[in-house]
Amino acid sequence: MIQVNGLTKDYGARRAIDNLTFDAEQGEIVGFLGPNGAGKTTTMRILTGYMPPTDGTATVAGYDVVEESLEVRKRVGYLPETVPLYNDMTALEYLKFMASLRRIPDTEERAYESLEAVNLEDRADSYIGTFSKGMRQRVGLAQALIHRPEVLILDEPTIGLDPAQIVEIRNVIREIGKDRTVLLSTHILSEAQQMCDRVLIINKGKIVTEDTPENLQSRLVGSQRVVLRVRGDSDGLTNRITKVKGVRTVESKSDGSVEFEFGAGEDARPQVAKAVVQAGYELLEMRPVGLSLEEIFLELTRDNAVEAQTS
Amino acid sequence: MRNIWIIAKREFDHYFISPIAYVVAFMILLTIGIIFAINIYFFIQNALQSFGQVPDISSVTGAFGFLLVLSIPAITMRLISDEARMGTLELLLTAPIRDFELVVGKWLGGFLFILTVVAVTLVYPLILNGLVSPGIDQQLVMSSYLGVILVAASFLALGVGISAVFTNQVAAFFVTLSVFVFLWWLIGFPAQVLQGSASEIFRYLDMKSHFYDALNVGSIKLADLVYFFSLIALGLFVGTTAVETRRWR
Repeated sequence: MIQVNGLTKDYGARRAIDNLTFDAEQGEIVGFLGPNGAGKTTTMRILTGYMPPTDGTATVAGYDVVEESLEVRKRVGYLPETVPLYNDMTALEYLKFMASLRRIPDTEERAYESLEAVNLEDRADSYIGTFSKGMRQRVGLAQALIHRPEVLILDEPTIGLDPAQIVEIRNVIREIGKDRTVLLSTHILSEAQQMCDRVLIINKGKIVTEDTPENLQSRLVGSQRVVLRVRGDSDGLTNRITKVKGVRTVESKSDGSVEFEFGAGEDARPQVAKAVVQAGYELLEMRPVGLSLEEIFLELTRDNAVEAQTS
Repeated sequence: MRNIWIIAKREFDHYFISPIAYVVAFMILLTIGIIFAINIYFFIQNALQSFGQVPDISSVTGAFGFLLVLSIPAITMRLISDEARMGTLELLLTAPIRDFELVVGKWLGGFLFILTVVAVTLVYPLILNGLVSPGIDQQLVMSSYLGVILVAASFLALGVGISAVFTNQVAAFFVTLSVFVFLWWLIGFPAQVLQGSASEIFRYLDMKSHFYDALNVGSIKLADLVYFFSLIALGLFVGTTAVETRRWR
């Protein structure tokens, strides 16, 4: 459904995406995971016909995004990062406007159908300017759905929503994703894990890795991080912990706590606790922390470097 | 064509909830009304002393030139720049419409609004027609109003084009105003100073002369029509190119 081959985009001297190659099948939900500025939005803008690539090709639903842009745009529903709404229109007026631009015969019926899909039918006649962030996001999604597109491209669809709405929107997207292709971007790892059949991790314009969420998860849990806090001064603590067997890295944080990491197989916590107490510190807290996205990237890019060296 | 109409209709509707549009309409109608009243007053004064000319409508339509220079930048400044600022341009540029359809639709929306305002002023020729016997010169009314409409259409096209270049509507307003002041007043000066064909070129570029010396005195000539249609085409071309260029940035 989506085929991307060697896609490259330069903004002046800066390369936003570099030789991206991936594809997405019909009925597949593919997640684009990466930090801000990784090139997610740029890739999506190229796929929706908003901007042409500098190099490489991309086809959506069998049509080239540059040569047959209008055909692509007819078949794609797009929710940009800044939700494009007219504050002076009601939700219904806005959706009818978009439906008419998309040549849908019964605009009112389809506008209501879309509003129902995002649970906003009771606010059809309210002005968009009065909507909360979450509601705006949902109107934007309704707009992307209005022409029942074959391909749905969603740039950070759950950003700014409250937890209940996030669950709701995820269900809507999963429902749509059963028979259509969805490409969504996020920088929340758990979201990608919950919604996507496949995850592409992208950083600095390049695909770092590509896998199912399950495989990705097991690959990442190779080590464990722990935050440790003592009463009073923590000077000299890092030296003590570094000496404990199994500890890989130790880092002292600005708030006075210390974070250390050890391999999954060798639990160093008892030894660290013993060492800290023996050194005369009063141990207040010791708890495991999950890997943040940045750390996963560090992890993944480090892995890549190692792989490149060994091969 | 349908896409142009959909964009134009949304833009036209937008003017009726926009305070700027009401201010502009009010300013135009008030000024034209006052000028008309003054004209009638002096006509009656002169008639009592049994001299003077029968008033014609060109003094009313003539006031439009100055009014359009000031008001059209306010009408066009937000047309595309605001879409860019709000992010809705991304929506329109990923919808299945062509760039020129968007630009022409925006222009048409503004044009229909100005047309509505201009149509309201048709009451003055109607009043005047009732006041004088055997009625006023209908051909002059038609030609003058055609002039007003062509000036408005040209200004609107240039305004849309400039609005597409900017993301800030205040910047769009001042650049548009400067271009209009230049085309309406300044470009005519070299024609008076220079001689020969150089003078002719500047005279042809002077927008004011195509209105006051031609359409507003009842003369409809091809050269003037070509001038206005060229400006419309130029404005819409600049707008379309600017929108296309945005895709590359």
